[in-house]
Parts: sequence; C-alpha cells; structure tokens
Amino acid sequence: MELRKDYFADVRKDGLHEIGQGRPRLDSPGHVTGKTAYFADRNFPGMLHLKMVRSPHHHARIRSIDTSQAEKHPGVVKVLTAKDVPHNVYTILILIQIGPEDETVLADGKVRWKGEAVVAVLAETERAAQEAAAKVKVDYEVLPAVFDMEEALKPGAPLVNEYHGQNHYLYDSGECRKVRFGDVEAGFAGADHILEQSYQSSPIEHAPTETTGCVVAPEGNDRFTCYTNTQAMFFTLDNTSIILQMPGSKLHFVGGTVGGGFGGKVDVIVEPIAILAAKLTGRPVCFIYSREEEMQISSPRAAEKVVIKDGVMKDGRIVARKVTGYTDAGAYSRHSPYGAQKGAAHYPGPYTIPNVWIDTYCVYTNRTPSSAMRGFGVTIGDFALEVQMDKLARLIGMDPLEFRFINAYRDGDMKAHRQPTEGAALIECMQEASRAANWPVAEKYMAMSSYKKGA
Amino acid sequence: MAKVPVQFTLNGSEKAEFVESGATLLHALRDKIGDTSPKGGCHQGTCGACSVIIDGELRLSCLTLAETCGGADIKTTAGLAEGGVLHPLQRAFLDAFATQCGFCTPGMIMAAKVLLDRTPNPSREDVVEALSGNICRCTGYEPIIQAVLIAARANSQNAA
Repeated sequence: MELRKDYFADVRKDGLHEIGQGRPRLDSPGHVTGKTAYFADRNFPGMLHLKMVRSPHHHARIRSIDTSQAEKHPGVVKVLTAKDVPHNVYTILILIQIGPEDETVLADGKVRWKGEAVVAVLAETERAAQEAAAKVKVDYEVLPAVFDMEEALKPGAPLVNEYHGQNHYLYDSGECRKVRFGDVEAGFAGADHILEQSYQSSPIEHAPTETTGCVVAPEGNDRFTCYTNTQAMFFTLDNTSIILQMPGSKLHFVGGTVGGGFGGKVDVIVEPIAILAAKLTGRPVCFIYSREEEMQISSPRAAEKVVIKDGVMKDGRIVARKVTGYTDAGAYSRHSPYGAQKGAAHYPGPYTIPNVWIDTYCVYTNRTPSSAMRGFGVTIGDFALEVQMDKLARLIGMDPLEFRFINAYRDGDMKAHRQPTEGAALIECMQEASRAANWPVAEKYMAMSSYKKGA
Repeated sequence: MAKVPVQFTLNGSEKAEFVESGATLLHALRDKIGDTSPKGGCHQGTCGACSVIIDGELRLSCLTLAETCGGADIKTTAGLAEGGVLHPLQRAFLDAFATQCGFCTPGMIMAAKVLLDRTPNPSREDVVEALSGNICRCTGYEPIIQAVLIAARANSQNAA
C-alpha cells in the first residue's frame, strides 16, 4: 500500500511513526501458542452449568411455570425464575438515558420473541442442566404476533412491548428521528427527474467462532469475579449492578479477550444471570451459548427498510432527497433506538444536497431482538444509498463515478443535520480509486479538491 | 455416570484420566487435563477450532470420544513450540498477521501442520484444501494461506 503524502500536506503533521509500518500484534504470540486465555478456558472446581429454558412461541402469555420435575432431576442445584432477579426489567442504554426499561432478564408473565429466556437451570454437569431444562413445564397462551415493520406500525397491530405502549420507539422528536433541511417539496418540484426506490435487508448474525458466555467465580467475600467475552465491559458492569442491585465494588469483571465479536457481544445478557446464580448457590457458574443459541438467540444486525426519493437535474446535481428508514428492533430496544438515530444523521450520504427530509423509525416486532453490528444504522443505509446513486446516474446517462464527484461533500458544506463538513477527503479518495480501478473520469474531476480550490 | 479409564500420550507426555463414558476428547483435554489450546466453537464438527492431531491424522476433538483414544499419540498447538522456540508455522502466523481474535488459530495451525508433514512444498490450492474444514470469521483467510506458504518455504530452506 502506498502512503500518498501529497494530499493535505499543509494540514498533516509529519513524523508518522506507525502509519504505513507493519507492527506485530501484541496478542499474537499468545494466539499461536494456544496460551491466550479466553473466558471458557477458566475452569473452577465445583463449577455449575447454566442452561436456559426458552420460549417456543413468538408471543405468548405465561399462565404458569412448573419447575418441580426439573428441581428433582439428578445433579440439579438451583432453578431460577423472574422472581429471583432483584431488578428484572432493564434496558442497556438506560446508562445514557435511553429508556424506558423494556426487557426482562427472565420472562415475567409474557414472552415476546421465540427464544426468550424464561427459566435458568443450574446443574453439576452441562448434560444434567440440559435434561432438567427439558423438564420445566411452562403453560403458554399463544398471542397474535407481528413480524413485519410496516404491519407493526398499522393501527390494530398486536402490541409487542407494553413498556413502550406502541410498536415504535418514542424519541423526544416524536415517533421518529427527523432531519429537516431546506424545502424538499420545492426541490422535487424543480427537479428534471424523480426516482423513488425501496431497499430492504434481513437480519444478519455475526457468527463469531467463540460463542457468547461467561464464567463466574465467587470470591468468598460477597464479591464475584466474572470472566466474560463482552465487548462492552462498562455497559456490562453498570447494567449488572442495576439488575442485581449490587454496588460495582462487588463485581470484578475480567475480559478484553474476545473470540470474535463484530458487535454481537455488546449486549448484557449472560453476565447478570450467571452472577446471580453464583451468588445464590455460592458456587462457580459457567453460562456458554451453544452454537444453536449463538445463531438463534444472540442479537443479529437489525432488518432494515429504506425508502429513498431523489430529485436530480440533467447536469448531475441531486437537488432533493427524502428518506424514510425503518429499523427492526425485534421485541426489545437494546441498541436499536441508537442505530435508527445514527441512520437519520447518515442518510444524505457523503453528498451535499440542498433539500433533505429524513424520518427514521425504530420499530418493535416479535422477532429476535437486534442490536449492534459493524456500523449498525449506517451500513445497510450505505448499501441503499449507493445503489440509488448508481440508478440515478443511469437515469440521467452519466458515469456513476463522475456523478458522485458532482455531489460529493467538501469542506465548508453544511450537512443536513447542521454539522459543517470538515476534513472531508472524499474527492481525493475517489481520485485514487479512479486510478487504482482504472476507471478514468474527466480531467476536471481529477483537478477537484475537498478544499474547493481548483474546482 | 460410569467412568472409563483412558491413557494416551499428549505432546510427548503420558496422561491417564477417568472420563465419563461418552465424553469427548475436547472435554478431556480442556476440562480434565487442562490443555485449553483446542477450542470449542460449535461442538458439532463444523468449525475446526477443536482440531488436534491423533496418530498423525487431523481430527476434530469435539467429535472424538475420549475413551477411543487409549494408547494414542495426541498433539495439540500447546505442544508445538520446542524449548521455547516457535515452530515455523507459529512464527509465520505471527509474522504474516494471520491471527486476529485468535480463536481459530490453534486449530488452523494443527490443520496446516498435518499438511506440511505430508506435503512439504504445497501449492496454494493444497493449502486452501487443507484449511477448508477450519472457519475463520476475522481474517478473510488470505493472511492464513500466506502464512502456511511462508512456513513451507522456511521449512524447505532449513532442510536445504
């Protein structure tokens, strides 16, 4: 790879010691010798295994739970239900005032997605825990479920989550995050062409090779050490403290070694219940997702729907863009209200458009709760936007790369969400891409700059 | 559950354990003997993270019953470095940025070792084929393939 020092020479500090150099990874010697200690490599005498009884229904009322047969199963030490959890209803982002608390650690009265945790079984062996979990009897009254975001937003749709009261997150701006810039209808009225397209994606599982889990060891002084592969150590510490109503000083988290995360390990799911189990039994506890749980239970990237309407001129300028984005949170918020909000700021793309209107909805359905994954809230949006850009270029008979040069944001441009553009290097990146891909563009574009000099 | 005695050689040293009938070799190695270099990624024989070498053959320890390993010669990545000196494969994985999260690495190295033991000068296609049972979610495989080819070259230079 070539480090091009001629770009931004006047603003770049020289003396770059690391960029462009190959440096050994600090953790690699542990990896190649098998010495790196992942959470599951911790083993303690007398460690119990936790298995979860999960909802077989997408939406149901729980009439009763009978754990008596499970408790009698050989090797079973403890069976936990909602009443055992000190603060059972929580939401991860309450730490940054994104409420309401809307999710149960163990289901209480209702399940809202297929796979939701209902009862936790602790046993001497994984096998005994699994067998006992199969003996827990839960009597369900199945309720109508909704799996499609637009259906969920219609009047009369089954209510997914009573803590919200409607099937969308309620922002301080109302039913959606809104960006309003210029006059989008006037922009459409003056445009040579209008193109409205709809883009959709399915949930995507991160599929890390190491499944989600933790190992908890009581320290004997009412303090607990939790070895975890969380990607969000302090979210986990603080939420566990809230859920268990324990001061953080009683919780010692050890982590940082993650066998693949990709955003799939930022939720706080396994640690609070495992620590509670260790507290109530006085024994070390291991809670590891099976591969099936990792694929079916852990949060995927949200399904999204993006509707984009653009007004474009024959000369290549986009003069108006209206976007409606839908993020499928599944049954609970987790990180999705934040993801949908990110989308609102992002949807104009890296383009300067004078008239923009954006609404993004975070929608609740009876699907597996979604959460973070690599650029969540913007990655699917970028797919939609860039496919739309190619379609617009085709519509007006213009080279798709030249079309992007015409609309690229440059330093000083005001973005639709009122952040002035600075440090944009899009023009320069596209110039290099043009050379590297041998996709030539007209000389006037190669002479452009993000500084608006020589345009 | 009835326990079964099993005795085998692990990385050159004798091991004797009582295991539950039906327990996997992965369980015996990790939870009984304490060699945690083989990893449990799927416990159903699809990811390759638990790969070990049994009597010279690449095996999935999550699908191998411990009680069938009596008298076997078992090798894992934990035993690969000799006298603190990294094996050429370990050196190459380190130098060629072939590890990211590291979870698949011990299994990858086992698969690569069986390849190089049999085919000292493999083609790229040989390497791809040999690693095809091992899943990596981080690297995109290319640095791993390159590392195995680099290790093969280092081996042949040492031999020459």
